Amino acid sequence: MTFSQATEKKLQDIWSRYPEGRKRSAVIPMLMYAQDEVGQVTPEMIAEVARRCEVTPLQVEEVVGYYSMLNKERMGKHHVQICTNIACLLTGGEELWQHAVKRLGIGHKQVTADGLISLEEVECAGACSWAPCVVDGYEYHHHVTIEKLDQLLDSIQKKVQ
Amino acid sequence: MSTPVTAPPALVNFTVDGRPLTAPPGTLLIDACKRAGIEIPAFCYYEGYSLQAACRMCLVEVEKMPKLQTACTLPVSEGMIVRSETEQIAKARKGTLEFLLTNHPLDCPVCDKGGECELQDMVFRYGAGESRFTEIKNHAPERQWSPVVFYDPARCILCYRCVRACNEGMGVGALGVTNRGVVSEIVPNKVDHLDCDECGACIDICPVGALTSNTYRYKTRPWEMQHVGTVCTHCSNGCKTTLGVRNDEIVRGNNRDRSGINGEFLCVKGRYGFDFTANEQRLTSPMIRLNGRLEAVSWSKALGFVAEKFKSVLAAGGRFGVAAGTHLTNEEIYYLAKFTRAGLKSSNIDHQRTGDVVTLIDALGGRQDVLATVEDLYNTKAALVIGSDLSQQHPLLAFQLRADARHHQAKIYTVTPGPVREANYSASSLEAPAGEEFAALDKLTESLKAEKELVILFGDAIKGDRVRQLVAWADGLGIPVKYVCLVDYSNSRGAVDLGATPNLLPGYQPDPAPGLSLDQILNAADLAVFWAVGANPLRGRELAAKQAFVVAQTMFLDETAQRADVVFPSASAYEKNGTVTNVTGQVQRLKAAIRTMGTKTDLEIIGLIAKEMGLATVAGVWTHDAVFKEIHKNVHGYQVPLPLLITGMAAMTQPVNGGVKVDVRVDEIRSAGDTLFTSGELGRYSKLLTSVPEYPGALYKR
Amino acid sequence: MFNEPHPAEVKVISKRFGLPNSASIDTYLAHEGYQAFLKAVEMTPEQIIDELKLSSLRGRGGAGFPTGMKWSFIPRDNPKPKYVVVNADESEPGTCKDRLLIENDPHQLIEGCLIAARTIGCKLGYIYIRGEYRYLIDIMDKALAEAYAHGWLGKNIKGTGLDFDLYTHSGAGAYECGEESALLESLEGKRGVPRIRPPFPAVSGLYASPTVLNNVETFCSVPAVLRMGGQAYADLGTPKNGGTRLLCVSGHVNRPGVYEVPLGFPMQKMIYEVCGGIRAGKKLKAVIPGGSSSPVLTAEECDFPMDYDNYARMKTMAGSGGMMVMDEDTDIVKVALRTMRFYAHESCGWCIPCREGTTWLRKILTRMDEGTGRRADIDLIHELAKNMLGRTFCPLGDAAAMPTIAFVEKFRDEFEARLRETVVPVTSPDQLIAIG
Repeated sequence: MTFSQATEKKLQDIWSRYPEGRKRSAVIPMLMYAQDEVGQVTPEMIAEVARRCEVTPLQVEEVVGYYSMLNKERMGKHHVQICTNIACLLTGGEELWQHAVKRLGIGHKQVTADGLISLEEVECAGACSWAPCVVDGYEYHHHVTIEKLDQLLDSIQKKVQ
Repeated sequence: MSTPVTAPPALVNFTVDGRPLTAPPGTLLIDACKRAGIEIPAFCYYEGYSLQAACRMCLVEVEKMPKLQTACTLPVSEGMIVRSETEQIAKARKGTLEFLLTNHPLDCPVCDKGGECELQDMVFRYGAGESRFTEIKNHAPERQWSPVVFYDPARCILCYRCVRACNEGMGVGALGVTNRGVVSEIVPNKVDHLDCDECGACIDICPVGALTSNTYRYKTRPWEMQHVGTVCTHCSNGCKTTLGVRNDEIVRGNNRDRSGINGEFLCVKGRYGFDFTANEQRLTSPMIRLNGRLEAVSWSKALGFVAEKFKSVLAAGGRFGVAAGTHLTNEEIYYLAKFTRAGLKSSNIDHQRTGDVVTLIDALGGRQDVLATVEDLYNTKAALVIGSDLSQQHPLLAFQLRADARHHQAKIYTVTPGPVREANYSASSLEAPAGEEFAALDKLTESLKAEKELVILFGDAIKGDRVRQLVAWADGLGIPVKYVCLVDYSNSRGAVDLGATPNLLPGYQPDPAPGLSLDQILNAADLAVFWAVGANPLRGRELAAKQAFVVAQTMFLDETAQRADVVFPSASAYEKNGTVTNVTGQVQRLKAAIRTMGTKTDLEIIGLIAKEMGLATVAGVWTHDAVFKEIHKNVHGYQVPLPLLITGMAAMTQPVNGGVKVDVRVDEIRSAGDTLFTSGELGRYSKLLTSVPEYPGALYKR
Repeated sequence: MFNEPHPAEVKVISKRFGLPNSASIDTYLAHEGYQAFLKAVEMTPEQIIDELKLSSLRGRGGAGFPTGMKWSFIPRDNPKPKYVVVNADESEPGTCKDRLLIENDPHQLIEGCLIAARTIGCKLGYIYIRGEYRYLIDIMDKALAEAYAHGWLGKNIKGTGLDFDLYTHSGAGAYECGEESALLESLEGKRGVPRIRPPFPAVSGLYASPTVLNNVETFCSVPAVLRMGGQAYADLGTPKNGGTRLLCVSGHVNRPGVYEVPLGFPMQKMIYEVCGGIRAGKKLKAVIPGGSSSPVLTAEECDFPMDYDNYARMKTMAGSGGMMVMDEDTDIVKVALRTMRFYAHESCGWCIPCREGTTWLRKILTRMDEGTGRRADIDLIHELAKNMLGRTFCPLGDAAAMPTIAFVEKFRDEFEARLRETVVPVTSPDQLIAIG
């Protein structure tokens, strides 16, 4: 399996951080960056990471199943994560979630028909003092209101058109 | 230099439920309690495998420790005061079981494990009478992972025993855990199916009905079966297997009672390869060739016909040739060899030899205690495997070495023509083509000299003078060395020990008038009678004597039977009593589990032929008890302790060579190279073995 | 990104937050940066540990274990390599402080690691950052590159003869990896399932080698301890509770934010002065004081000096410093449910009581929230939580059980009230099937 030059460089950089014989340590970060490029964790990716990190594909598979950010299903181009944990719940996170579900017509870990946006109701994202928060990919949005959420979704949908 | 004498470590004193106990330091509390007869319940704890502390059933109160402690991870310590039967503990156990049952389906009435289920037993003993759980249970559909293994995630309690049995026990690592939290489940190495040994260790070790076998699934209830402990009839390792029998049908094999030399270990053949007994091609009537075709006839007609023929050939001084099988019982081999020599006045008897036991016994002549037992392989500090893909060809021996490395940090060395599983944990694994092993061995000499002791296991590449060369090399190491000469089948060793060779009488005594070897028999154009007893020497070979009268005792219409003039349908090892001797020279008892209508044991067939010939008194009584008595009395090395045999244990033989060299005809010694999924003649008729995707497998696979 | 500072704050580890380019090495070096490390080089490991003990610095990740003692457990005679590992897996609900420390002052963290490495004789360290914080990984990577470029990392650091390599390591979404042994498993490329302890990481941590593993804030506090001296640092707080810490206030206050205050700072003052009181003039109902794992406090209980010992006296925890403030309109049943949904989602599944207990509780609380609760459910919730407490493999089970017990015990009336709102009486047909 081959990756873009930038990703390949990143993967090699990650791989080089761990001592000889401990390359298994690179499994999780490598999967994260590989997934960023491919859009999901594929069987080929599992085999490739296993080969590079000197473990069995099963050992990679176990990891993929465990971590909530590793997805075997393809998520949207924009993976919009809405936190509804306590601090966000107290400040309107639940309402944001309901609004997004209604507006996009998709639920938790589902993708819009055009593949553009996926939604995930996430656990505490670490923005409690600036709640509620929405994370688009890796980009944090704080003090989000329904209006701000609409603006975000508008901008995502406009970018494509 | 004096060896420091280390005193045995002082025992640790501690108290459980008011009972003062002692145990060696380092003993886990759960084991110490078990030895004292105090049961600490546990699902995930399993002796011999790594600790998990996951099921939380073994929580106990320990004085001076604020929280409950897991007895499975806590080593006993001096003065420790433990309570295992308090109200708090009872409540904790009850609570944990209640949690466990929330998502476990209560389909016990149809579950295979019903009646043998550890969860059932625990709930019965420690659980609540009713459930307060009124929510919807999580459910996931059952999956089939191979022709052998089914997995029902809903029933799985995530004790991780299967994962450890596969990874640590088998060295395969085909099972893992995926997902997280309450939807965690066991996952096979090929996403939706298994690529593994298909041994079923995961199924047997499962405390509930989450892993079930295709052979036993929904077939019967455990209490409807009879459980017969006998010895696996496939390879030479001699694993005890307990056959579950219902209505004269074997429905499962396992060794959950850990009796025998193999403990719980069995491979796919031992657990599931019993199905050849019920193959529809099984012969159930004697046959005589009439007008070129084999026709079913009565036993008396077939026996009379053979006896007449044998008598006339004997009277005419014609040549007999006898091929003995390597799955026969010791009694059958001894009786056949005796009848051939005394009754048929011939030493033309041989079997397909698969390892050079004869030269090894000769090379070691006069030494005591130099043949390793299966148990030795678990306790030795070092072992050297030469020319065998042990995990494939001798799975129990490989299992023992793996456990030895895991538990005792034993050093394992291999010298093999290709990659082997042992390399995953060995101290050194060298590859050397057959015939070039000694160059590789020289590289190991210095490391091995530093070991305290060694067991050498060698395959068929080491034979004849190379065996003597090996022993000489090992003598040069200056450390105690024991040996295992690897042979192929369940009684390959007994065949050598008990006279089924042309130049050795039972007990390695020289035959004063040596006969023809198997190759010589097959090539003798003037052979008058060829008699194959539980053997199929004509597979892929021709009998030179076109006119020879051929008698075959067999379970199936194999190549020899197809050439035969008379065919006798014989019983399998699972239908016989008697004894067999395994690869390490340990004798164990067979116990008939079933009967197949129309068949007779080979012992009985031979006896009846002798009787028809009027030679009953020469051959002797054809019951296994009588023959065994004779072996026990007469055969050097077989004076084994009878109580061991009677109680189903293994008794080590002590073969001794009288210093007489015989021509072992090294060119005739060759292993069939069976894998985990092939088993000589028997494997052909096991649908289970031939149906797994790993079949036929390969040795030294990368 | 951070809130306006408050005059009542005592800024020790957050003092550079407002500076221009605060994350750059130039800014750091201009403001006492790496001076504590140079000081540490002149000290013996014992002296460093003594200063830490004197400072009474306690772990800021949640458990509050004395840092000096933790570092002193590293065996000196062990021939194995030693490791420094930073826990930046900040995921305790209510906590958002490590983010700020990395975003605004990454070199402070690097310096803390350097000092740890110098103390235990370690050449390699990792900063385990939760996968969601990708932008922080980028910031941290940049800071590490700067540190290498300036000779503060790598071989023979600043001519001291010390070598130390430090790398970031991305997580991939698992609260459980905040537990130190689970973090180490994850760092080794495995499922984030905790290990059996003992042995503790100080003896057998990363790659079964001695490992110092601390929270970001703890490492960040170390340079300050050495700079100020242990005693001066300790004097900022209360006895046995030295120094300052970042408190993350969220929920229904007028000025939520992350504030650095000395240990022992009054909670009342925090809520009503620093954070400007409850929003919209509402009354305070309750506070979850130290992340979602800490048992809730009623309004009446929210009046004590916030140091480790006083939290304990209040039968709750300082935890990770995540204070979630709830006004009088807050639906406690909903909060209890959301809390349990979190733990059920994050339970690693390894042990039975946590795996099954969190899910069962989540199901009951969901029913209760949806209006199909039963009277017996309230006691059942309480009892099931107690059945988890102290019996699970790792602290996650307790973290789920403790707040639940507190919610039921302190706000039972709210649960009772929910029964009166029950819309669907008795059990649903689905539930009857499930009983089967």
